[in-house]
Amino acid sequence: MTTASTTDRGELVRAIATQHVSDRGPLMPVLHDVMEELGHIAREDVEAIADVLNLSVAEVHGVVSFYADFRTELPATHTVALCRGEACQSVGAEALYAATLAGASRLGDDVEVAEVFCLGNCALGPSGTLDGRLHGRLSAERLDTLTEGWR
Amino acid sequence: MTGSTARVFVPGDAAAVSVGADEVATAFEESGAQVVRNGSRGMLWLEPLVEIETDAGRLGYPNVSPDDVAAVLAGDATGIGVVDDHPWLTSQRRVSFARVGVVDPGSIADYEAHGGWAGLRRALSLSPAEVVQEVTDSGLRGRGGAGFPAGIKWRTVLETASDLKFVACNFDEGDSGTFADRMVVEGDPFTLVEGMVITAHAVGANEGYIYVRSEYPHAVAALRRAIDAAYTHGYLGQDVLGSGLHFDLHVRVGAGAYICGEESSMLESLEGHRGEVRAKPPIPAIKGLWDRPTAVNNVLTFCAVPMILSDPVDGGPGWNTYAALGTGRSRGTQVFQLAGNVKQGGIVELPFGVTLRELVEDYGGGTLSGLPVRAAQVGGPLGAYVPATGFEVPMDYEALTETGAMLGHGGIVVFDETVDMARMARFAMEFCAIESCGKCTPCRIGSTRGVETIDRIIAGQDVAANLVLLDDLCDTMVKGSLCAMGGLTPMPVQSAVKHFPEDFEPSGTEHGTQQSGAPV
Repeated sequence: MTTASTTDRGELVRAIATQHVSDRGPLMPVLHDVMEELGHIAREDVEAIADVLNLSVAEVHGVVSFYADFRTELPATHTVALCRGEACQSVGAEALYAATLAGASRLGDDVEVAEVFCLGNCALGPSGTLDGRLHGRLSAERLDTLTEGWR
Repeated sequence: MTGSTARVFVPGDAAAVSVGADEVATAFEESGAQVVRNGSRGMLWLEPLVEIETDAGRLGYPNVSPDDVAAVLAGDATGIGVVDDHPWLTSQRRVSFARVGVVDPGSIADYEAHGGWAGLRRALSLSPAEVVQEVTDSGLRGRGGAGFPAGIKWRTVLETASDLKFVACNFDEGDSGTFADRMVVEGDPFTLVEGMVITAHAVGANEGYIYVRSEYPHAVAALRRAIDAAYTHGYLGQDVLGSGLHFDLHVRVGAGAYICGEESSMLESLEGHRGEVRAKPPIPAIKGLWDRPTAVNNVLTFCAVPMILSDPVDGGPGWNTYAALGTGRSRGTQVFQLAGNVKQGGIVELPFGVTLRELVEDYGGGTLSGLPVRAAQVGGPLGAYVPATGFEVPMDYEALTETGAMLGHGGIVVFDETVDMARMARFAMEFCAIESCGKCTPCRIGSTRGVETIDRIIAGQDVAANLVLLDDLCDTMVKGSLCAMGGLTPMPVQSAVKHFPEDFEPSGTEHGTQQSGAPV
């Protein structure tokens, strides 16, 4: 599939929606594909998707706004998502999350620190993802090392 | 000992990858070794646990880093001996996890060589009603948490007339402290496929959906690969193994909503809606996906089915062997997951009835921090906090319910003595406030009022009166919520208050030391 920079965004979104239009319950797969291709779901994307799938704009907007993964703005250059689930809390995740949130600028210029609730790595916590990649046994020092290339 | 052409097993499981398994696998490949990315054996504290195939068996090397690769290949590294003989594994009774860590999850031939598809072949020779009967007789109960008898659910779907029926797998394993669904799928994805095809035959369904949470990209990839291979080899599609069964299987990915692990919310999400729960009745077995009869089960429920239908196992029918395991009305095995502040975390599959103490202390080896165990939360974020003095409880559905706890999906999160239980109670309410779908008032508003009330207790304001108010609020949530999210959030809260009252007294605010978390 072509990239957004070389193709009209609206056409691309319509093409993605059209690919799934005959699937049962196509909306979630369409939104995932738009996220993957374009990094976020803009207001005009919602309208285009609604049009192709024969849904109301309100219905598509309602779904986009319900799920944490569907974002309406472009993400930061780098993302740290730290688990705040109970298992990770039992090995200090709350302190790590608070410190990382407060010191996000130390990791790089454009870093977003997000919370997640369970990555399924509950025996090797604290867990988190760095730009989508899973890491276990995280600590402030380990985060500093893993993000060296961001600075 | 072994040359550079040795067959080396480096787990591709997400937990192993989270502590460097990919880099280790690359280093072995660069050394000329033939690398198999197996699942994890479930001894997660040893990951990356590398295994080298030898005439004596597969020798294990724990916590391997790329720097250790040369020594492992030369036989100079310190290992744990033959992995299959490790007491942590030999003392377990692995049914659902029998192949996990052993086979190559990417190889359908390896699956068949390790007993795969035997259950499906036999099931296809039986009538749907006979398959349902064997599942009923096995005593298999839903592993997602509710523990409803699978055979009874399937019979309802089978006996409900419809031109279209579905099988839906709930793989939205969002409970903190649980990872068994993820590990069985990453390590042995064909078992889930086989279990779902058998279910389709049993209930008369032609279409299946696996709803996977987006936090599990490794599992999504493993499933898609397995489903492609199953189509190629005739285990899925128009005419499964020439039996006339038509069954198509699709993977659908969630989008970061805990509530979608609730079955009706999952169905809404699969249909492309907001993940808001449905009122029951009608039950999904009668009106599920797109209002058609739908067999909805958890990953581990489906994964137990191939063994139940296979014949014979240990000299008897599979269902009989399965039913002979366990205790009381909890038949078969349960996959326990040891998590949190535990020295030896991982997968322990045993017949129902093992005590919590045996799991936490004997298998888990106590806490990772080395401090005394203070509590364990059993059954996920909606499960009870059990004090260390209550660890003699046998782990089965009914025994736990009698003590005010629940088994849930079998997750056990261990806490050491630094835990502040008032903070954990607050978090339970906070989590509910963040993840509530918002459909019913007790859950949507009650959870926020719960956070506020616990904040006042922590601050020492009118503690006695606020504890009464909290109890009353919990009662409203239990009785008035539409689903288990609002209905069970009080369980961790009230168990914390009941078993750790000192943490809710004004002086109790000094108890915990590890919680310096950020309030929302």
